[in-house]
Amino acid sequence: MRSSWIICRRELHSYFSSPIAWLLLTMYSLIFGFFFWNYLANFIVQGMEMQMMGQMTPMNINEQIIRPLLANTSFLSLFFIPMITMRLFAEEKRSGTIELLATSPVRDIEIIVGKWLAATILYCWLLVFAGLNFSFLFRYGHPDWKPMMVGYLGLLLQGAALLAIGTFISTLTKNQIIAAASTFGACLLLWVFSWVSSYDSSTWAQVLSYMSVITHFDAFDRGVLVSKDAIYYLSVIFLGLFFTARSMESLRWRS
Amino acid sequence: MITVQELTKRYARTIAVDHISFSVEKGQIVGFLGPNGAGKTTTMRMLTCFFPPSSGTATVAGFDVLEQPLEVRRRIGYLPETPPLYLEMETVDYLRFVGRLKGLSGAELEKRVDYVADRCSVADVKKKLMGKLSKGYRQRVGLAQAIIHNPEVLILDEPTAGLDPKQINETRDLIKGLAGDHTIILSTHILPEVEQTCQQVIIINKGRLVATDSVENLQARARGAETILLEIGARGGELLAPLVQEKLERVTGVSRVRCKQQFDQGAVFEVESDKGRLARGDLARLVVESGWDLNELRPAAMSLEEIFLQLTGSEPAPPPPAEVPAPEVQA
Repeated sequence: MRSSWIICRRELHSYFSSPIAWLLLTMYSLIFGFFFWNYLANFIVQGMEMQMMGQMTPMNINEQIIRPLLANTSFLSLFFIPMITMRLFAEEKRSGTIELLATSPVRDIEIIVGKWLAATILYCWLLVFAGLNFSFLFRYGHPDWKPMMVGYLGLLLQGAALLAIGTFISTLTKNQIIAAASTFGACLLLWVFSWVSSYDSSTWAQVLSYMSVITHFDAFDRGVLVSKDAIYYLSVIFLGLFFTARSMESLRWRS
Repeated sequence: MITVQELTKRYARTIAVDHISFSVEKGQIVGFLGPNGAGKTTTMRMLTCFFPPSSGTATVAGFDVLEQPLEVRRRIGYLPETPPLYLEMETVDYLRFVGRLKGLSGAELEKRVDYVADRCSVADVKKKLMGKLSKGYRQRVGLAQAIIHNPEVLILDEPTAGLDPKQINETRDLIKGLAGDHTIILSTHILPEVEQTCQQVIIINKGRLVATDSVENLQARARGAETILLEIGARGGELLAPLVQEKLERVTGVSRVRCKQQFDQGAVFEVESDKGRLARGDLARLVVESGWDLNELRPAAMSLEEIFLQLTGSEPAPPPPAEVPAPEVQA
């Protein structure tokens, strides 16, 4: 696994020495900041209205700000994941550097894990920057931090799973645009599969809905850690990396 | 050090490498010669375990490329046709990265990085982004990464492509200097390069092995007999070429004499003789005893170019392209 770490470090170096990482961090912070501001403003206005009307319905920061915000974040990630993974293999294939990696004394799986790990670490940085906003809630209020952490864990797992799929797609082409577009398509499909469950309850609909990443994010978002959902994400990660390994192998046999 | 047996690579419809066998001794520099598209790169990629052969076997330093690819890769330094550089990295960071990837660490890594940077004359661009380096520097950084872990075997795919004449000479000297500790295979379609750098030549064409031998043997073999160039000057008087020719033909061992050129004070003859040096002495004696001047007597070496054409029966290899084609890592 030493080799994975070496490759991971180089990937991170590449992300952060080019504008990619900084651009993603900026965009993510801006958009998340806007979300945060919206929910917070809404919360405050609602609170004031209630006070004026003399209603005393209890208000909850966790339920009214953090939870919907995390759900939105999970949606926001859909747009950023393709931009993180598109270059992983496509760029190496185009520039020929894949030849260096593939002829180094390193197993394919070590290369793949290293690259995926770098993508996941960059994604973590996005989450960290978004999380800075929450510190205001803790400064001026008393939200419960435990469900928030579970929600964050859910975001991380969901991101890691989609990143594994993106890594796989990146091995299929040497064109980064194609890699990004296909990854975005795949992520979006995995997202909207859950819709069928609202009008159909046949086996097929259940299977489709189970495949959806959002079905499994629900519980995390509520602050509940359900092993079934965690296992779903872990298996998607495993499957994604497994397919990447097969794809690299076929690359060797076919090329 | 390297043994290749019946190595074959088939693509969907074409055969890129067709049952090639050869072997390379330790410490040798071997020139891998062939026109563009002959299968040089494909063979090298199989030796470096970039992809497996369709059939046949190859062993490098005693390890099979199919069975123990990791062991093979540990002992190989490889410079692909396009140097595999990450253009957004600094040279020294890149060399460190490759060094780590090949298993170096700590003080040893730093030592090797300094050493190869020095050896390949890239020390002055250590802190530069590789995207800003010129073609010659990129090629040398590529060479530096290939030797960073001091591999037993070096495989260089057209190491001098795209360099200027001075850089080509430097690179050749560098490669020659590396021989001995390393066994080197270098591919090229530039013939003088092989004549100057290599001890052994492997010629392939259209995926098939055409010849494998030492440079001298190959020249001799293609010729079969020895050809001597003889320039004779007339001492004062006039030289009658037919007469001289007749006299030359009578020398033992001479099979054919041809007058190549004739001028006022002499003529140049091309004399073909059976192998061995005896004919040369007899020729010299004859010329002098006949009262002519012996202006020049030398074996007419056949250039590799001619051998190449003779063996491959094809057009001469095209002149080295000005630009290296885009890297082709086929999907």
